[in-house]
This record gives sequence, structure tokens and C-alpha cells, in this order.
Amino acid sequence: MTTTMEPTRSQGPRLGARGWLRWGWRTLTSMRTALILLLLLALASIPGSVFPQRGTDAAAVNEWINANPQVGPWLDRLGMFDVFAAPWFAAVYLLLIVSLIGCIVPRTADFLRTVRKPPPAAPSRLSRMPAYERTPAVPEALDLAEEYLQQRHWRVRRETDAISAEKGYVQEVGNLIFHLCFIFLLLAVAVGGLFGWSAKVIVVEGRGFTGSLTQFDSFRSGRFVDPDRIAPFSVVLEQFTATFQETGQQAGAPRQFEAEALVSERPDAAPTQQEFSVNSPLVLPGVKVFLTGHGYAPEIKVTRPDGTVIFDDAVVFLPRDGNLTSSGVVKVPDVEPGFALTGLFLPTATIDPVMGPVSTFPAARDPQLFLGAFTGDVPTGGNVYKLDTSGLDRVGTKALRPGETWTLPDGTEVEFVGYRDFANLSLAHDPGRWLALVAAALVIVGVSMSLLLQRRRVWVRLVPGVDTVGGTVDVAGLSRSGGGRVHEDVAEIVTVVHNRQRTEDETWHN
Amino acid sequence: MAQLSNTAVYASMLVYALALFAFAASLAARRVPLPSSQKVLVGPAGATATEQQSHDEPGRKSGNIAISLTWLATGLLIVGFVLRGLAAERFPLGNMYEFSLGAAIAVALVYLIAASRTDLRWLGVWVVGAVLLTLGVAVTLLYTESAQLVPALKSWWLVIHVSAAAVSGGAFTLSAGLIVAYLIKQRAEDRGTAGKGLASRLPSAERLDGLAYRTIAFVFPVWTFAVIAGAIWAENAWGRYWGWDPKETWAFITWVIYAGYLHARSTAGWKGRKAAVIGLIGFLAFLINYFGVNLFATGLHSYSGV
Repeated sequence: MTTTMEPTRSQGPRLGARGWLRWGWRTLTSMRTALILLLLLALASIPGSVFPQRGTDAAAVNEWINANPQVGPWLDRLGMFDVFAAPWFAAVYLLLIVSLIGCIVPRTADFLRTVRKPPPAAPSRLSRMPAYERTPAVPEALDLAEEYLQQRHWRVRRETDAISAEKGYVQEVGNLIFHLCFIFLLLAVAVGGLFGWSAKVIVVEGRGFTGSLTQFDSFRSGRFVDPDRIAPFSVVLEQFTATFQETGQQAGAPRQFEAEALVSERPDAAPTQQEFSVNSPLVLPGVKVFLTGHGYAPEIKVTRPDGTVIFDDAVVFLPRDGNLTSSGVVKVPDVEPGFALTGLFLPTATIDPVMGPVSTFPAARDPQLFLGAFTGDVPTGGNVYKLDTSGLDRVGTKALRPGETWTLPDGTEVEFVGYRDFANLSLAHDPGRWLALVAAALVIVGVSMSLLLQRRRVWVRLVPGVDTVGGTVDVAGLSRSGGGRVHEDVAEIVTVVHNRQRTEDETWHN
Repeated sequence: MAQLSNTAVYASMLVYALALFAFAASLAARRVPLPSSQKVLVGPAGATATEQQSHDEPGRKSGNIAISLTWLATGLLIVGFVLRGLAAERFPLGNMYEFSLGAAIAVALVYLIAASRTDLRWLGVWVVGAVLLTLGVAVTLLYTESAQLVPALKSWWLVIHVSAAAVSGGAFTLSAGLIVAYLIKQRAEDRGTAGKGLASRLPSAERLDGLAYRTIAFVFPVWTFAVIAGAIWAENAWGRYWGWDPKETWAFITWVIYAGYLHARSTAGWKGRKAAVIGLIGFLAFLINYFGVNLFATGLHSYSGV
């Protein structure tokens, strides 16, 4: 992004194909275009925060579309629910990257050329410069100015009647580092997107999972990931502990989540015990395991009157609110007749006059299970957390405490054996993250150098008509980056070359 | 301890209110001499003469009193902030109330430090006004009982990431005040009414533009750092460094708009007023990110107690 914009010249009537290409490239890589693309990028990101996004919450997107059947599908077609993967968003940032490269590459070459040469000669009319002073000066003004500038590490070019000096090349180095590393940062994001994968898994206390696709509840991967060759680890969740704020305005707010796991990095390796928690993930070779949430899994046992146990398991109930009012279902389709339960698990149960049974605290102070039993043709497959009760016969409802058994009219016994914690784990493998980290660190270094240092040029020129007592010099400066440091430079040079005697003798006017 | 913290915060608000009056009085009395049309540049001897003159400038005394009051109020606010941290035995940046206190301290300190280097008394009304507004919203709408943190916030990155964001918030506020002043003055200068009304009490448009640029040039790397520190923390807590969470999206939008401001300042046809407007839109994006996202959007940055 070039600092100085060349004014658009009218190129005359004959502009051939090559001319148009040149014009197009110039326009694309001009600062004005880059600026407009930047503002467009900001504008294009806004819908991503207004509408729910598929990448973060696919369920919310479906809800939104169902709630707004008129506009929903249209917004979906426009990519409003997947903004950051939409073609129009990609168009903006790809153009911006091309514009950035088209600017930064010639600018780097230009910088490498100028950095080896002395600064260009002083222009003829210094009074046009943004910082300019004319001052009475001692006869040896140029020598004094040269010495002063060299001591302060300016690069000086001395001519017979003038000095040009430049300082702050490092500012441009920072500027180039910033823009180049910004491209590397995007590259790292691309590497992560193509070669990385992430997965989500719910694990009940006492159970485990391995690094295989069948064990995950959801899996997203880049184009170049072989799903059969995921790290061969295994993790068993031995214990999960959650503590909550007991009293006060924030009672019920989570305070500590901790998990203990038996971890094997390879199938033949001896398992080791490791602890992990929020902000402190489990680090395995090539994958990190994060603790992102938790809930309860009530243990339910269903026994037929003839003594056959048709169901005996801990069932994951999904939390609905901050106090972990949780809901879940049990489906037993392969018995005759089919059997199903819908349930609410309340860690601290209360019957609210309006909302019905709800939990008033997230820890299990008074756990109760509210069940509804159904028989009939129970559908197989589908959402494991939901039951379509149409076409089923309702047998009854019942509230149970741990250890209690509910005997249905047909003699089937439903026992609320107990409950366990479950943990939501999220797994991530991102081979681009180290590149991203290094690039991001250099972005910070580069942008700081670019904005906090100032590149500037100064000139000192003798005004013709020097006599024995001294003469007059013009001192001028130009900031090549932002900032007003150059005014101070000019003022300092004036102090160095200033002829006190002359000032007292006469007044100087233009 | 938490009660003492509240008392200190209320006391600081009272002193800020007094400082606001003093700044307003100073601004009302102030007259900036118009730059003489005669283009004469004398040596350093001449510079001392104008400095001498400014010592007798009207409004200087009340301006100095206002600066002292602002120091006092900020000291009280820092006491309130520290007590809040001691009460909960953690770094006090765990919810929006505490973040507001931190951001108010940052605004005031950035201003006071800048004012000790160059004359910024005329900007005091804006700065102290913004601080009072922030604190007012904090104690009325955002107040939360002092408590422990949710597990997601228990990390050293909280201190690093949120402090950088608070300092950025402070400097963005300052820059917005400078930009508004610039737009007022530029308009007056264009119409030839720079000697009248509010505009006559402000420095030249060129100087205001320069000050706004320097503030944003200082804060842009800090904001870049805040965003990247947040990304590093996110990688360690959620397993991805960037996920387009509403807070992340608006942090990105803010960053891109301020990047636009910096580029606009060196683009022909965009310098001056257009660039200034981009700078103001950047501040608006920051405000949306700070208030809007926490209060209206649900994302990973929503925590109990706001």
C-alpha cells in the first residue's frame, strides 16, 4: 500500500489491452483501492455477528430460518449464515491480499534499492516543505549541521551548498514486516483450514474414547485430512468435579471444573493419569483436548415383569439452563412393544408454579428425575436427545429420587439408579498454529515499528549572499511516515546553525 | 473491602464532577490567539515570547485546578479498583463493571500523561465527561457483587488481554474527542469563523489532526496486541485461535476500520475530514464491541454477572 499516490493521469484515447491491464493492476494495487477494500471487509463482517453462523452454532441457524420462513431461505442463499465462508466475503479478502502483495513486493524492491544509496539531492524550493524555517546562520553552518546529523545517525549527503539527510529507515522495515507477516498469518489460517481437524465428544464419567471418527459426536476437517489416520490415542474420563458459587448474587455461577483422565498416547503405551481443566487442556501428540462444558447423565434401569433387563445405562441429558435443568430420552425400539422414556433431570429440584419442574442450583443438592413413559412403535435412529411421541401411547409420568423404582401398570420397573457427571470435550489439531503465532508476533513488532518510529528527510541549504559574519540558511523537513517529529528536527537543526549575533543585529522578515 | 471499594469509586465520581466544572470554566474563559497571517519565521528567541504570553492566558488557572482534581479523582478510582481486586482476591477485570473501572482509569491516565507533555486542558471536558459517563453506566447498570471468576476466566491471559483492551479503550476515547474537536475546528476554519464560539477555544485544525493521529498510531499496536493475546488465550481455552465469535468479529471490524484510518491519512483525496470520519466510525465499532456484544449478542464472551 503505497504511501504516495500517483495522481490518475488521463492516458489519452489509445489505451490497448495491455494498457487496460496496466491500468487495472495500478488501480487494484493503489492505496485508494486497498482502503476501500479494507472498509468493505469491515462492512462484510457485520452480518457475521448479526445472524447466527453455521460454523459456530448450526442449530441456531435452523431455528432462525424456521422462525422466519419468509426471509430465512433468502438470507441463507445470500450466505448470511455462513458469512466467513461466503464467496462475496472471499472475493473481498482475496482482492485485498492481491492488492497487498501487488503493493508490498514493489515497495520492498524499491526500499532495498534506496537503502543502499545516499538520500536524493535537496529540492530547489525548500519553502514548499511542510516543515520549513529560514534562519540567520554562522559561516560554518553546513559543517555544524552535518556533524550534528551524523552524530544522531542520520544518513547524510553533502553537496557544496546543501545537505540532504534521511533517518528512520527502520520504520519502513517495520512497515514491510507488518504487511508481509500479515500475509503469512493468513497463510497459517489457510494451512490450519486445509490440514487441521476438530471434533466434539461427550464423555460420561468412567468411560472413554479413542482417536477414531466413530467415537466423535461431531467432526470437522480440512480438505487434506485423512480421517482414518487420526492420532491413535485413548482417553478414559475417571473423574469430573464441578464446584459452584454457593451464596450471594452470583450463586450458581461455575467456579471450577476439573477432570482426571487415564491417557494412552498409543495403543501399546502404558496409560498415565493426567488432570486437565478449563484453560489448561490435555496435550497429546498432535492433538489438544479441551474441557468446554459438563452436565449430568442419570443411570436408568428398565426391567420387564419377566425379569429381563431391556435397558441399563447412564444417559446423557443435555442442560437447558445455567442451573442445569437437563432433558434427555431413553429409546428401546427393539422390544415388543417398543418402549421409551422422556425425562427431565433436576440437580436441585423445585416445582415452579409457572414453569413447572426446574432446577434452582447446578450442583446435585436434591436430584430428581421426572419421567414420562411411552410404548408403541418407537422410531429407530434420529436425534438421540429427542423423541417424537406422536403415534406412541403415554403410559404415565413420575418423579423419582436416586434409588427409587417406578412400577408401571404392566409391571415394567423403571429404576433411577443414580447419576454421573459427563464432560463436553473438544479436540483440535491445527498444524498452522505455530506459523500463526510467529506471524502474529511479527505483526505486532512490525506494526509497532511502523507506527511508533518516524521516517523523515531534512535539508539544509545556504541562501546565496554569504558574507564574512555569516549568512542565511533554509532548513526544511518532510515526514515520509506519519507524525510530527520532523518539526522538532528542523527546530533542532536551526538551534545548531543559528547565528545569535546576527539575530541581535537585525530582524528578519521575508 | 468491597464496600470500601464502592465508597472510593463514588468519591472519585464526585471529584471528577468537580473537575468537569473546572474544565468547563477553563474552556469558557479560554481564547486561543489566531495564528498571525504574516508568515514570519524567527529563530528560537521568538518562541520564548509566545510561551511567555500563554502563561497569562485566561482560563489557565481553572484548567490547572481541573488537572489536579482529575489526578486526585483518578487516584481515588485506582484505590477503588485495587480494593475490588483485594476483596475478590483476584485481578479485578472479571466482569463489565470491573472492566469499566479499568477502562475509565486508562482514559484518565492516558489523558493525564499526555497533558503533562503538551497543553491538553481544552480536552478535559470531553475526557472527564467520558470517564463520568463510563463510571455512571458502571455503577448503575453494570454493577455486580464482588465474586470469584468463572472457570473460563481463570487465566493469566485475562490480565494481559483485558488490560490491553482497557488501555486501547482509553486511547480510542481520547482519539474520538480529538477527532470531534478537529471536525469542529476544520469546519470553522473553512467558513472563516475560527475566531468565534467553541472553535476559538480549540487549537488549530492541523494540530488537532496531528494529535488524533498520534493517539491512534500509539493505540493501534496496543489493540493489535490485545486481539492477538485474545487469540492466543482462545487457542488455549477453546481449541481455536479464531472462531468468529461476535466479540472477535467486532474486534476485527474495529481493527480493520482503524487500519483504514491510518491508510486514509496518507491517501490523496481521503486526508483530513474523510479520514477523521473513518476514525470516528472506528470508535463506534469499539463501543459496539464493548457494550453491544456483551449486552445483546450471545457468544463465548458472555459471562455471568455481565
